[in-house]
Amino acid sequence: MTDERADGLAVGAQVRRGGFLLDVVLSVAPGEVVGVLGPNGAGKSTLLKALAGLIPVTTGRITLGGRVLDDAGTGTFVEPAARPVGFVFQDYRLFPHLSVLENVAFAPRARRWGKREARSAAAGWLGRLGLADLAQRKPSALSGGQAQRVALARALAGEPGLLLLDEPLSALDAGTRLDVQSELRMHLSEFTGPCLLVTHDPLEALVLADRLTVLEDGRIVQQGAPARVARQPATEYVAKLVGLNLYAGHADGSTVKLADGGTFVIPDRGQHGDVLISVRPSAFAVSLGPPEASSPRNVWPARVAGLTLLADRIRLDLSGTPPALADVTPAAVAELSLQPGSKVWLAVKATDLEVYSRAPVGVPGD
Amino acid sequence: MRRTVTVILAVAAATAAAAGCSANSSPATSSASLNADTSVSGGITVFAAASLQGAFTTLGRQFEAAHPGTTVKFNFGASSTLATEITSGSPADVFASAAPQNMDTVVKAGDASSPVTFAKNVMEVAVPPSNPAHVTSVSDLAKSSVKTALCQPQVPCGFTAQKVFTNAKITVKPVTLQPDVKSVLTQVELNNVDAGMVYVTDVKAAGTKVKGIKIRASENATTDYPIATIKSSKNSGTAQAFASYVASPAGQKVLAADGFEKP
Amino acid sequence: MRASAASTRLTARHRARRAERGASRSAPVSLLAPGLVALAFLILPLIGLVIRAPWGHMASVLSGTDAVQALELSLWTATTATGVALVIGVPLAWLLARTVFPGQRLVRALVTLPLVLPPVVGGVALLLAFGRAGFIGQLLNSWFGITIPFTPVAVVMAETFVAMPFLIVTVEGALRSANLGYEEAAATMGAGKMTVFRRVTVPMIAPSLGAGAVLCWARALGEFGATITFAGSFPGQTETMPIAVYYALQTDPDAAIALSLILLVVSIAVLVSLRDRWLRGGSTQ
Repeated sequence: MTDERADGLAVGAQVRRGGFLLDVVLSVAPGEVVGVLGPNGAGKSTLLKALAGLIPVTTGRITLGGRVLDDAGTGTFVEPAARPVGFVFQDYRLFPHLSVLENVAFAPRARRWGKREARSAAAGWLGRLGLADLAQRKPSALSGGQAQRVALARALAGEPGLLLLDEPLSALDAGTRLDVQSELRMHLSEFTGPCLLVTHDPLEALVLADRLTVLEDGRIVQQGAPARVARQPATEYVAKLVGLNLYAGHADGSTVKLADGGTFVIPDRGQHGDVLISVRPSAFAVSLGPPEASSPRNVWPARVAGLTLLADRIRLDLSGTPPALADVTPAAVAELSLQPGSKVWLAVKATDLEVYSRAPVGVPGD
Repeated sequence: MRRTVTVILAVAAATAAAAGCSANSSPATSSASLNADTSVSGGITVFAAASLQGAFTTLGRQFEAAHPGTTVKFNFGASSTLATEITSGSPADVFASAAPQNMDTVVKAGDASSPVTFAKNVMEVAVPPSNPAHVTSVSDLAKSSVKTALCQPQVPCGFTAQKVFTNAKITVKPVTLQPDVKSVLTQVELNNVDAGMVYVTDVKAAGTKVKGIKIRASENATTDYPIATIKSSKNSGTAQAFASYVASPAGQKVLAADGFEKP
Repeated sequence: MRASAASTRLTARHRARRAERGASRSAPVSLLAPGLVALAFLILPLIGLVIRAPWGHMASVLSGTDAVQALELSLWTATTATGVALVIGVPLAWLLARTVFPGQRLVRALVTLPLVLPPVVGGVALLLAFGRAGFIGQLLNSWFGITIPFTPVAVVMAETFVAMPFLIVTVEGALRSANLGYEEAAATMGAGKMTVFRRVTVPMIAPSLGAGAVLCWARALGEFGATITFAGSFPGQTETMPIAVYYALQTDPDAAIALSLILLVVSIAVLVSLRDRWLRGGSTQ
């Protein structure tokens, strides 16, 4: 008899809610943390709810460790209470009338452990997360970071087979978030079952997830290792998220004809067909006049549409064929007297262009 | 703001205290009663014992027909309740009680004078049509297996029933003491009790809804019904006219038809 | 521009209070005046009772009445009626708030019917159903030899009939406005429906539950028409305080006032001991 957790989570299902359709094929190995990214309304919450059993699937099935949780074909449906799921909600949902200890002991007690066993297990988890002296407090007396940790302890105390986190850090302020993030990473790595983490913060996804899945409009548009996704975004949304310029075009050896106009020269690797090109904003050189006799193969005129001050640089929003986001130093902006409407020339080396074909969705990257 | 509220409450309390400390008397009789107003018109309110409901409703209509322009309104209830209402200042023009005691209360309070007895009533045992407890005489009510409904002791039908029991030398333990004779009748009509002590007029008025078990004359008790006009009446002429009509042969005919005895 | 129209005088005490509390919390006259009228309307009759009470000879006045019996009966029947209302009324409130079934609107209307029905009518209706000759009462009588009228059970039933709707309406409102997210969370932690109800739903509507129960208790305590019609009135068995007061009024007004005062004092004691928290309604958030 195989260990129920050995096979992990497997989803191949559609969920219809009103006019919205979520259609995913996804699997998560035990111990793996998959980060689910996507814009609002992409279906991330719907996915988590379906996994938790709060919504049934319309077609397809969900299995966990070989056990069927939901199968529209046979009609099998395991109620949420019977699923071995631990859920950390975005708004934590700590029971206001119970103490922290009772909150964490809730899942074990609901799963029919004795009151004393449940409480000692809860105390154990509180200790592990550094919350031992908060045991008797009520949730209303907790800080944001403390509440987040209690929510995590509560989800883990029930010894779940599947861990679901819905934007676990979004309710925290930036400072607390960084602290909690590294702790969370540690606890997630200790968790032996599959884990799905929904987030809209790319940094969070990069830090916490082993693998990324990007949802847009109910469909998976990209899956892969965070590093790969960060370098080769498949959609505009992902590109924006990871801070890259993204261009689509048709490659023919050493040139790519861009869909929105313009041509890029790329290193010739014999690519033909539809490709995507990502470019880091810092890869652009901005000059007032056309560069003379310089190495970058891609040079074209553009106009400054806007400027944004980032931490240590200025991001220029440039319109042109093609448009681009380029990062330059404040000094450079001053020296070149750049302002909205300024006419400039952009240059980017062919070797700075990341060219890749659209990978078929559903095939995890490297 | 708190201070304002305190002041207002203090004033209110003081006002109430002042009012409370004044003599516990009924409102002074108005000068209206000094009017030599013999015209019969306008409206009057008659407070009458519950047992008079049938007869008085008819008398009221006859009176209105005989004196166009008059309206007679009725407030039927237990005589004891009505007496309390009148002495507390409830606006009545005429009071007809099912026993002299309750009229005495009103007279003593100065709200009425010179009552006239206009009818007599005797009691009867009312049982549900099916007579589930097989009651044949008033003595059966003493059996513990018979569920009896009585009027409360201060209501005429209550203390008159006690007189009957004394005459019959029995003790009756009722299951309920109702506020007036009509609610006793209701309990019998709904077959919720085995028997109820009501007046013969009530049994007659209920028709087929109840069965009456007559009480022997030697055991029965009578009660006199007095009527009087209320001193503070604003329409004493009409009030007096109605009271006279009740005592007149025409009124007596209606009362007799309902089962009342002559005074 | 009118310069000083909006400026007022603030004493040092006012300044300290406002600094602590934030924005001004004093009431505008247009709200204060009617509010005080309402307060006066409610308090003046009670003041009247207190002033006219026979303070000098309370004991002798009360000794002639069924005061102790009636009070005992009233207290335990009202409490029992509230208990019954909690046991059967809360589930009904839950069904109305959380499920959808055919005829639901009709059921909701029926539940509020006792609120608009004259109590005596309620009493007669109870008689027609549970009286000796009632359609259910008949069966109880012939099958089990049980008759309900004229027993304290009938008093409890009559009080439950008129008072339970208060509880149901309050609880249904609270359940409707409750945040379902907590119940969802409980489900993901393995809590079955009854566990969720017991450990999450009910504790979180506790304030409304308390307020509804207090309303129910108070209404049951004061019931007259339905109890006297359905349960009758007999000292020690079925004569509750309100009935005792009504009867005393006709024979001995001083006794009536004394009895009323006792009822008043007992009620205030209960309400005060339950404190502010129970009367505030809403849910724990």
